[in-house]
Amino acid sequence: MVEVKNVSKRYGNKAVIDQVSVSIPKGKITSFIGPNGAGKSTLLSMISRLIAKDDGEILIDGEHVNQAKSKELAKKVAILKQSNHLNLRLTIRELVSFGRFPYSQGKLSREDWKHVDEAIRYMELGDIQNKYIDQLSGGQRQRAFIAMVIAQDTEYVLLDEPLNNLDMKHSVQIMKVLRRLVNELGKTVVIVIHDINFASCYSDYIVALKDGKVAKEGTVDEMMECQVLKEIYEIDMKIETVNNEKICVYFK
Amino acid sequence: MKKRYLVMALIVLSIGSLFIGVTHISPLHLFNLTDDQTQIVWKSRIPRLVSIIIAGMSLSISGLIMQQLSRNRFVSPTTAGTLDSARLGILVSLILFTAASPIEKMVVAFLFALAGTFLFMKILDKIKFKDTVFIPLVGLMFGNILTSIATFFAYKYDLIQNMAAWLQGDFSMVISGRYELLYISIPLLVIAYIYAERFTLAGMGEDFAMNLGLNYKRVVNIGLVIVALSATLVVLTVGMIPFLGLIIPNIVSIYQGDHLKKSLSHTALLGAVFVLFCDIIGRVIIYPYEIPIGLTVGVIGSGIFLYLLMRRKAYE
Repeated sequence: MVEVKNVSKRYGNKAVIDQVSVSIPKGKITSFIGPNGAGKSTLLSMISRLIAKDDGEILIDGEHVNQAKSKELAKKVAILKQSNHLNLRLTIRELVSFGRFPYSQGKLSREDWKHVDEAIRYMELGDIQNKYIDQLSGGQRQRAFIAMVIAQDTEYVLLDEPLNNLDMKHSVQIMKVLRRLVNELGKTVVIVIHDINFASCYSDYIVALKDGKVAKEGTVDEMMECQVLKEIYEIDMKIETVNNEKICVYFK
Repeated sequence: MKKRYLVMALIVLSIGSLFIGVTHISPLHLFNLTDDQTQIVWKSRIPRLVSIIIAGMSLSISGLIMQQLSRNRFVSPTTAGTLDSARLGILVSLILFTAASPIEKMVVAFLFALAGTFLFMKILDKIKFKDTVFIPLVGLMFGNILTSIATFFAYKYDLIQNMAAWLQGDFSMVISGRYELLYISIPLLVIAYIYAERFTLAGMGEDFAMNLGLNYKRVVNIGLVIVALSATLVVLTVGMIPFLGLIIPNIVSIYQGDHLKKSLSHTALLGAVFVLFCDIIGRVIIYPYEIPIGLTVGVIGSGIFLYLLMRRKAYE
């Protein structure tokens, strides 16, 4: 379980995250939603120690994130940030093998390569595993990065806007994989996501942030309510139930 | 390109390099050399060959490490002010301790090169507009500022001629007793190899490296120390060799990719082969006179550099 207790982060005088407390349940998909600038990505980065917090405590399985050794934490928490525009010429296989670095420190054992192969198979990248990343489409590249995170074999997988710039087909593909990670491998997935309907269809738990505070949190059924979403996004909308999924209609 | 072709080219050119020169020595004489010929081989030909190979390898690898750490293909010791800082350092050591020993010169020049490279990386952090071509331009300007400072003091202390010696790389001055400092580069190459994978991870960005539990700052610092020290050693013993750290890694990247673990040995070999080739051309083209290596590499290198720039445009 990830416990965030009274955590704050300020840039200058502005509090980007203001006294936030939230618990992220184990073995579930938790989505962070909310308007732009609500502090979702900052919170995710703080949980994964990429950004230092100013106040409060963050515990993962009862252990303080800042006190944990970075090397050990890398075996427990993996984070993928949204802008992975890199100009290095690496093959998919090489990229995925980086996921084993916390275990191998660069010298991959047979066991490590087995994990790499599995991750590649899991993301169905076998045919193109020797292609360079800069030759891939957006969807393939995103799958390659997720394969790396799978090879890292952490209990917690944190993804910052994994659907950014992806078309419908690839978005669904990625979300299905995340669902499988939770259902089949028992991982805990936390994502920052803008598409409220993807959040509704695939997550178990939703945390809504607004102006650096938790506006509301709850299960999908609790959160996919007209009144709740109106307050968060400040626009009119309707919630319809289609095939047992709650869909938010907000386009007009 | 296979690694064994590079190794073969290196061996052939090395043998060629040993037998080219004003004093005629042919492979047939190898087992009954006169005293004079033995002297030439041990005092001049072999030191020259060794220094060419080490300088070629270490400058190319410095360039490769810098490109990965700065995440820019066109950054190298030439285009980031490293060589210019080292030169300024040598000048300062000459002014401060008039009869500086090679080790003293090395230490001061190294500190300058390190400070200069760090400063460039800091400037890089501050620049918002991270265009691939813009960054090396900033580095060139930075290097030119350092050079003008150096020139100013060189005029003042009457050291212009001394300075000119390091402006242009020249292997004809390399004789035994004057190049041994270069051997310090060999352990640096070994460290570079050990850290290869870490440099690539650091090149993926700080967040990416941190996610994998890598101590980003330490890896970057180790990389910059290797770069600054190898560049200093080459400038001190041979002089500036432009473009080398720029073109060799870029050529290797095209056919070998950017995983340092895979490309490092290719880069080292190709660097040595390239310098050796340029050196031989410089020695035979106006035989029995010589063109300094700085000039040959500069001419051939700038041609290749232009080609790489055009290629990049076509690629985008």
